Amino acid sequence: MGQQIYFEDVSEGMELPVEVREPTTRQLVQYAGASGDFYEIHYDKPYAESIGLPGIIIHGALKNAMLGAYVTGWAGPAATLRRLTCQYRGMDFPDEPITAKGHVTRVYQEGEQNLVDCTIWLENPQGQQTTPGTATVALPARSG
Amino acid sequence: MSTNSFTLTDDMRERSIGVESAPTMTEVEKGHIARFAEAIGDDNPAYTEGIPETGGIVAPPTFLRAMRAVRPELPFEIPFTRLLDGGSDWEYFEHVRPGDVITAVGRVEDIRERTGSIGQMLITTIKVTYRNQSGAIVATQTSTSIRH
Repeated sequence: MGQQIYFEDVSEGMELPVEVREPTTRQLVQYAGASGDFYEIHYDKPYAESIGLPGIIIHGALKNAMLGAYVTGWAGPAATLRRLTCQYRGMDFPDEPITAKGHVTRVYQEGEQNLVDCTIWLENPQGQQTTPGTATVALPARSG
Repeated sequence: MSTNSFTLTDDMRERSIGVESAPTMTEVEKGHIARFAEAIGDDNPAYTEGIPETGGIVAPPTFLRAMRAVRPELPFEIPFTRLLDGGSDWEYFEHVRPGDVITAVGRVEDIRERTGSIGQMLITTIKVTYRNQSGAIVATQTSTSIRH
């Protein structure tokens, strides 16, 4: 768990630290079991190839979860995730590095809440944004 | 492969929008949350031991996926066999905790027909509303799926 980010410390344009993950086929099987999504394209290579895929592909929902982990890990334990969006634009494959990146797009207050909007995404080894998304987090303030 | 004869009429569209799925009810288990967190590679202790900031164990943001919401049934025959997930838009209102009983209901928000690089496509937008045992909405998930 990272440290806490406070509202006062965030500004528009600020970059989130880059994080690299490399999901394995084993992780996809774990995700299939934990989520209940047993679609064969996520663990059965001959099946995936039989329907024209280049191989096993990562669950879109797992990439969604990775983006959630990325932004909540950055924001810290006292932050609350309000919104998380993502689009599946391209396939990602196990045993390849996936890079999470992001930056702050808006810093604002709404009612009692200190909110921060971020653009976040996952990149494949070719540098293509396969999974662009956004997040809104409520942050604590130093001034309480 | 898809047929070329499919047309989404205004009538089919109107009959589809607003259709709801049968509700599913699932009790949230501590061990399930921990397994889900491990599967997504998130070692945040809020998901395994609980932390003071969350007032105990809570579920990761996309855990509700595992609540097995069912798709609303479209009121016409779908001539496509392939299904792609286009993306999700989650809004969060309350934490999900072990012992919660989550009721999930999906609703067709929109349905469109389009022709793109993969041929003819049927694009549906479904919003799943997740409520806990107190009736409070814990989250909504609006997803786009593409049939072709």
